[in-house]
Amino acid sequence: MAIDFGYSVSQPRAVDLDRNDLSLAREIVREMPEFSACIACGGCTATCTAGNLTSFNFRLVQTLVRRGEYAGAYAEMNKCMLCGKCRLVCPRGINTRGVVRLIKRKLGDY
Amino acid sequence: MKKVVVVGGGVAGMQTALSLKERGVEPVIVERTGALGGKLRNFHLLFPSMTPAAEVLKSFTDQVASSGIEVRLNEEFSDFSTDAPIVIASGFNVFDARLKEEYGYGIYDNVYTTVDVERMFNEGKVGLKDGSVPRRIAFVHCVGSRDEKVDQRHCSKVCCITGVKQAMELASLWPDAEIFNFYMDIRMFGPGYEELYQQAQQEAGINFIRGRVSEASPTIDGRIQIKAEDTLIGRPMKMTVDMLVLIVGMRGTDGGKFYRPRDLFGGSVLSDRPNVFYAGAATAPKTVGESIAEGVMAAEKVVQYLNDGN
Ligand SMILES: Cc1cc2nc3c(=O)[nH]c(=O)nc-3n(C[C@H](O)[C@H](O)[C@H](O)COP(=O)(O)OP(=O)(O)OC[C@H]3O[C@@H](n4cnc5c(N)ncnc54)[C@H](O)[C@@H]3O)c2cc1C
Ligand code: SF4
Ligand code: SF4
Ligand code: SF4
Repeated sequence: MAIDFGYSVSQPRAVDLDRNDLSLAREIVREMPEFSACIACGGCTATCTAGNLTSFNFRLVQTLVRRGEYAGAYAEMNKCMLCGKCRLVCPRGINTRGVVRLIKRKLGDY
Repeated sequence: MKKVVVVGGGVAGMQTALSLKERGVEPVIVERTGALGGKLRNFHLLFPSMTPAAEVLKSFTDQVASSGIEVRLNEEFSDFSTDAPIVIASGFNVFDARLKEEYGYGIYDNVYTTVDVERMFNEGKVGLKDGSVPRRIAFVHCVGSRDEKVDQRHCSKVCCITGVKQAMELASLWPDAEIFNFYMDIRMFGPGYEELYQQAQQEAGINFIRGRVSEASPTIDGRIQIKAEDTLIGRPMKMTVDMLVLIVGMRGTDGGKFYRPRDLFGGSVLSDRPNVFYAGAATAPKTVGESIAEGVMAAEKVVQYLNDGN
């Protein structure tokens, strides 16, 4: 019988850009080039209706997508209720609500 | 009357000498190297307008030549305690990237500085050591700036825009290459700089990752692995690149420090001594335009000093 010593193997936490497949991220950016002009100010997340009530962080999720970390992105974006407030504050004029919809369309399998 | 000595024949020194001459004061430029021009001699295109450095320089050296200003080349000025009027326009030294050993400059192949990239563009041979085209390139911001470990606490100011400019130049040279800039803050202080940054993100497809690269190490196939934290995500990040460009900062020329002007307002070209003046990057990191402007100001202050009966 296997004995449980209470240890487990930790998975590496690093974002490994040698392994991540950035082609989907590139495809998304190609459809909406303005998306890559994000300066990570966090204005979108600050104003986000969903983000004030749940753990949803639009800035973080879209950054993860651009790094090829797609797992869970679709489920996260489902927390968005498409109210569009984020778009009103974005200093780079990004159609942030459009980014939510684009990511959901492209990353349905993740 | 004795000539006013201008120490250094970079853009700041040349402009100082030209402005003195225009005001009827005879200058002499003392330049340590064998030619006028300072750092610009090795640069290719200048931000933000991509004007050839050679073009800017030529307009200055032509004017210096035609105005008959005395130039003493291959002469290092050291008589800084003189009572005669002098203008210190000795500029800056490029940070020696070997001091940041963890980035492997001079140890691994294909690790360059931004100064090397300018030179390679001028020589018309940009690329990897074996002549091939890199697929992945990373730029490291703040190498030898904002770093107590190398006694360089200041921000070198012009290097963010230099890194963005060079990333865009490489992107247009090699459209298939992936380019990543690792930064702590992006400091785009000048006219048109922020716009260039946005263009780099949106049109040139440069990836900006917030995090300081901690180390670079060679891989078995001769590439370079780098590590950083992607601080926007809060997780460590690693990747392998073919070419690493270190965005080197500026070191002062007063025993490794910048000269301290009397104050940073009306006295920015004055020192604590009445006969010693400053112009250009000798007192702080500055752009070419800012350095030239100080040349005019320094000349004006020298003339006032001489008119006051000195
Ligand atoms: C990688 C890089 C890229 C850059 N690109 C740009 C750009 O695109 N656009 C821009 O606006 N700015 C750019 N800059 C900034 C630019 O280099 C400076 O603004 C400019 O060189 C300052 O001119 P200067 O005359 O003050 O100093 P320098 O160019 O450093 O000239 C100083 C001169 O003094 C001489 N000297 C020093 N000590 C002595 C001595 N004791 N006796 C005699 N001679 C001496 C030196 O040999 C040198 O010729 C860049 C800087 C770096 C590091
Ligand atoms: S559109 Fe979505 S992401 Fe934007 S503020 Fe509304 S809920 Fe948040
Ligand atoms: S508001 Fe715009 S620039 Fe700011 S983090 Fe959100 S998407 Fe990026
Ligand atoms: S200008 Fe940018 S790269 Fe240069 S020291 Fe300042 S923050 Fe760092």
